Amino acid sequence: MRKMLLAALSRVLQGPAAARTGAVSEVAQVVVASRTYADFASEATFEIKKCDLHRLEEGPPVTAVLTREEGLHYYKTMQTIRRMELKADQLYKQKIIRGFCHLYDGQEACCVGLEAAINPTDHLITAYRAHGYTFTRGTPVREILAELTGRKGGCAKGKGGSMHMYAKNFYGGNGIVGAQVPLGAGIALACKYFGKDEICVTLYGDGAANQGQVFETYNMAALWKLPCIFICENNRYGMGTSVERAAASTDYYKRGDYIPGLRVDGMDLLCVREATKFAAEHCRSGKGPILMELQTYRYHGHSMSDPGISYRTREEIQEVRSKSDPITLLKDRMVNNNLASVEELKEIDVEVRKEIEEAAQFATTDPEPPLEELSSHIYCNEPPFEVRGPNQWIRYKSAC
Amino acid sequence: GPPTPATMAAMGLRRAAVAALEGGLLGRVPAPSAVAARRHAAHFTFQPDPAPSAHGQTQKMNLFQSITSALDNALAKDPTAVIFGEDVAFGGVFRCTVGLRDKYGKDRVFNTPLCEQGIVGFGIGVAVTGATAIAEIQFADYIFPAFDQIVNEAAKYRYRSGDLFNCGSLTIRAPWGCVGHGALYHSQSPEAFFAHCPGIKVQLIFLDLLACIRVETLCFLEQVPVEPYYIPLSQAEVLQEGSDVTMVAWGTQVHVIKEVATMAQEKLGVSCEIIDLKTILPWDTETVCKSVVKTGRLLISHEAPLTGGFAAEISSTVQEECFLNLEAPISRVCGYDTPFPHIFEPFYIPDKWKCYDALRQMINY
Ligand SMILES: Cc1ncc(C[n+]2csc(CCOP(=O)(O)OP(=O)(O)O)c2C)c(N)n1
Ligand SMILES: [Mg+2]
Repeated sequence: MRKMLLAALSRVLQGPAAARTGAVSEVAQVVVASRTYADFASEATFEIKKCDLHRLEEGPPVTAVLTREEGLHYYKTMQTIRRMELKADQLYKQKIIRGFCHLYDGQEACCVGLEAAINPTDHLITAYRAHGYTFTRGTPVREILAELTGRKGGCAKGKGGSMHMYAKNFYGGNGIVGAQVPLGAGIALACKYFGKDEICVTLYGDGAANQGQVFETYNMAALWKLPCIFICENNRYGMGTSVERAAASTDYYKRGDYIPGLRVDGMDLLCVREATKFAAEHCRSGKGPILMELQTYRYHGHSMSDPGISYRTREEIQEVRSKSDPITLLKDRMVNNNLASVEELKEIDVEVRKEIEEAAQFATTDPEPPLEELSSHIYCNEPPFEVRGPNQWIRYKSAC
Repeated sequence: GPPTPATMAAMGLRRAAVAALEGGLLGRVPAPSAVAARRHAAHFTFQPDPAPSAHGQTQKMNLFQSITSALDNALAKDPTAVIFGEDVAFGGVFRCTVGLRDKYGKDRVFNTPLCEQGIVGFGIGVAVTGATAIAEIQFADYIFPAFDQIVNEAAKYRYRSGDLFNCGSLTIRAPWGCVGHGALYHSQSPEAFFAHCPGIKVQLIFLDLLACIRVETLCFLEQVPVEPYYIPLSQAEVLQEGSDVTMVAWGTQVHVIKEVATMAQEKLGVSCEIIDLKTILPWDTETVCKSVVKTGRLLISHEAPLTGGFAAEISSTVQEECFLNLEAPISRVCGYDTPFPHIFEPFYIPDKWKCYDALRQMINY
């Protein structure tokens, strides 16, 4: 729905293109009539940073075409994620969201760029820093925020919280660092087995990259030529430990050894998109797994209780914000190349803010799940059974 | 010589832990609104123990400080002792190693990468050479990647080598138990998994109560003795004597049953004996059974789920030893047989009302 609306909106905004498709409603014509968007370029080509390659003759292209429609869509998506995270931060400070909460702001270009290069039918699995992916995989903001506040309408029925969010073809949302990586290979095997031309994108952090099971998985995936893109989101820190302190080699894209790898500018969504297209093509053509390191940065601390400045300087954060912010980068490109105007991007901002406010309203008023949920979903394929309670007199009937 | 199995010392923690989490690596703690404060109030009231008199002068500390102090003493007294774990060089998530790197150097207090299996295996290697290895696992919930190393390597090293090697000088510290909003992976009480493994010692302690670092090493009470001193493992402590019901717990749950004992006395005129078991493996059967012989009733409470929890082991042993003394079936008040829930924590935990209810039913049996 969201995507449809957006597509409709951008068609409207596009004017001439919309006229070509002939899909302009009366309302839209009114809107078009009141603005002069016909002057915008419909696309532009950008030079993007060359990826570092490991065991690859050729890499992704060093230019990328961005259409106005795509640009507006990416902009809105990234902005929505940014605003959603800032809202989560606010709700956390108000003690409406509790417990462990890991925010994704700063890293938006990774999930948006990735999603732009794979199909909705492809599969994706990540760790606990999952809000962005939950959104790009199609979950409305209100369900994400409601999951954070532990409400019934949350995307995991309020039972998962920040670390555990899921959607169609999105396997979460995993709390144990590194544990999702072998699962990704399993999902990739299923893709291969069913022969559906699907792939699995398996994400993990720079900290997680040091877990043993990651290396076990590289081996299995390469041995069985699984269609798996391993992606290390290198945001330079695993909790308070910088990559240099934790890793003998910080060339994460080479750490698959016999698995080809790419090092990608993860702050530029076009780089991420082009690299992911390249990697997906590699997997789909039956060449087996490929590894991508996305160099990115998290603005927030590790979790809500970490101010994020005891192990890195404020200047460092400021430097990234001012020089490589993924949203600013896209915005500047669009504005400077006549793909959009500052005013219309501002309008999108306003619209996004409104959506987030509405979502937050839902997330704070939706009821908590009923108590019976405590004992539902423990076993699958089981008729309801008595869950043993705290003593011999308290039992609970499992619902399903 | 004395047996030197590896020890797993774990520390219990709760609200203070969250405060530390928020104030440690982590900094600001926003002021809670009144509503939030009410809704999320701790389910127990902390009652300090009287200051110990046997070990000279004492100093007041919280659990984290007392652990730091214990570790400090270990490093000072034992030149082979090293401490390692995720972020420990900066003090660790729970601030238990604050200042130790600066005091003892970065070759003795150091960060490891994020790799629990590696951390514990590495620790075993350090320990078999005779050095003292103190490993920190950030949360007990993250100890499972290291489960194999603990259960298959550490626990069996001495036995399988006919005493040519042992890793008795290995201590693994991991904070455990529900912390308030910890949800599925920052709340678990995994003691029973380890209790099934001969060769390791499992010690459980609670904030402000007792901090223990390893077999026959250093322990501190809330009023912490200024000088290092030792208290033996596998020795339960009778915190309050009573005649009608024996209540056994460890970690935070000790504070819950203390409150229940007060309620039982006030409302029912029932006199409770309170035992802090402290060590899960090997556990102090004698103290518990002696108490049950006297009272004829036993209530055991832990946060971990009921089925297969350590209360089952105690219950079974006590009915063998004290069958003719029992006036009522032994009662276990534990967590539900569910994963540790995200938002149902207040409902999940075996709070004083659940314990009190069970106690009343035992009295009326
Ligand atoms: C097995 C395990 N060990 C430790 C933790 C605690 N922990 C949670 S996130 C984290 C850091 C992970 O860093 P990284 O993989 O770089 O991901 P990022 O947080 O930067 O996204 C740690 C140590 C955990 N969740 N699971
Ligand atoms: Mg990281």
